[in-house]
Amino acid sequence: MRRVYLDHAATTPVDPEVAEFMAQVLTEVPGNPSSIYAEGRQARALVDRSREEVAAAIGAEPAEIVFTSGGTEADNLALRGVLKAREGEADGIVTTAIEHHAVLDTAHDLEAHGQARVTVLAVDRDGRVSPDAVRAAIDDRTALVSVMHGNNEIGTLQPIAAIGTLCREAGVTFHSDAVQTVGALEIDVRVLPVDLLSVNAHKFYGPKGVGALYVRTGTRIATVQTGGGQEKGRRTGTENVAGVVGLGAAMRIAVARRAAESARQGVLRDRLIAGIASRIPDATLTGHPIERLPNNASFCFRGTQGEALVVSLDLEGFSVSSGSACTSGSTDPSHVLLALGLERDLAQGSLRLTIGRDTTTADIDRLLDALPPIVARLRTASGAAVPA
Amino acid sequence: MNEPDHYTDRALDHLTRSRNAGTLSGPSGTGADANPSCGDRTTITVAISDGHVQEVRFRTFGCTAAIASASVLTELAAGLAVEEAARLEPADILNALGGLPPRKEACALMAIGALRGALVDARVRATA
Repeated sequence: MRRVYLDHAATTPVDPEVAEFMAQVLTEVPGNPSSIYAEGRQARALVDRSREEVAAAIGAEPAEIVFTSGGTEADNLALRGVLKAREGEADGIVTTAIEHHAVLDTAHDLEAHGQARVTVLAVDRDGRVSPDAVRAAIDDRTALVSVMHGNNEIGTLQPIAAIGTLCREAGVTFHSDAVQTVGALEIDVRVLPVDLLSVNAHKFYGPKGVGALYVRTGTRIATVQTGGGQEKGRRTGTENVAGVVGLGAAMRIAVARRAAESARQGVLRDRLIAGIASRIPDATLTGHPIERLPNNASFCFRGTQGEALVVSLDLEGFSVSSGSACTSGSTDPSHVLLALGLERDLAQGSLRLTIGRDTTTADIDRLLDALPPIVARLRTASGAAVPA
Repeated sequence: MNEPDHYTDRALDHLTRSRNAGTLSGPSGTGADANPSCGDRTTITVAISDGHVQEVRFRTFGCTAAIASASVLTELAAGLAVEEAARLEPADILNALGGLPPRKEACALMAIGALRGALVDARVRATA
């Protein structure tokens, strides 16, 4: 039986055209982009072209794109780089309780080493942070505001245009982790007041291990690693040529398909959400009902535990994920779900379904047939009293 | 016990076809245990007569390992003399399941804790 992959927020399969292009580069382009002879110039040209593709996709200038090893490094560079550049004059970071660990843990690491004061803002029941709360948290020593665009677990979209506008008014640098949204939603930095934006290729059918940080011209940011001075000194290290090429190609394809594909996925998402809500009693939708990623349907089912949901669905041919990871013997409900104000037991029963290009209506309907008996069985085992 | 790094078919069978899920009405004894580090909980009810465990039921809120451990334990305990049932150990559960992934032994311990609690409760009630 064909497996149904519904974990596209974790990673996406590499687009065949991207893979083919990358393989060609790996086998036919041996040069180091920093070398001035022919092989180097060939590699440089490919990196430059990819930079142009990534820039064009978000309305940026090519010089504003810094290639990284992925979203985590882009987030680290944004936070650490800005704090380092502002050392001695500003040390405040304002962020939210539902950021990815790449942002939250980096902020807390800086704080633990006396390099930052961190303000973590609460979100509402739908996972939205209020721009007013951001405004109120900014003081005269705030160096950076970091608010993600689309949440990886619950899909909630943040009002980053409003937050960016108020940051600009306050003269504070604004970073947004857009790893889940680049490739799915239109982002144009010519109108969106964001100074730093994190991008990750493998979330939009590119390779793993490569990403980018958009750095608006004039943004004060220091390098966090030292070496040969590549990427204009902002991210030194020999470029991952094939990876960068894959990123550019994946970005170009994603932008071309984005409007139609996101609309299509949104319809499937709504079918999934409505189907679960109607077939499973006491299903709690997590994340904003409307302002959410087009591919994300996430729920909590009282009386179930996420790991058992994931294992049960795996047995029936579905690849899905849960916010509560139970791998180390201790199940910690995700910080995101707890930040929504969900009680611990309910947050344990989380399930995240994320749609992709290959997902069909039939896949959704298969999931809608498979899931209710699994939830019912786990509830029987736990003795959960569920209202009819 | 050799630990597999994934669930065995036997453990998965106890997840998807759990044995004796539920609660006995009018049990001889009830026991519960929890794993405070993860919030998982198991309750076991037993029916005892003639010095033997006649019936066992479990309720588990938890992961695959927790459910499979409690489910298989109901099969292991049913029919045993009370003293024999009280001597069941986490290793018996692991043997019956063909092992559990690393760091999941606490789940077997939780099932054993609930069973022993039920047996103690039955003894207390019987002598009350």
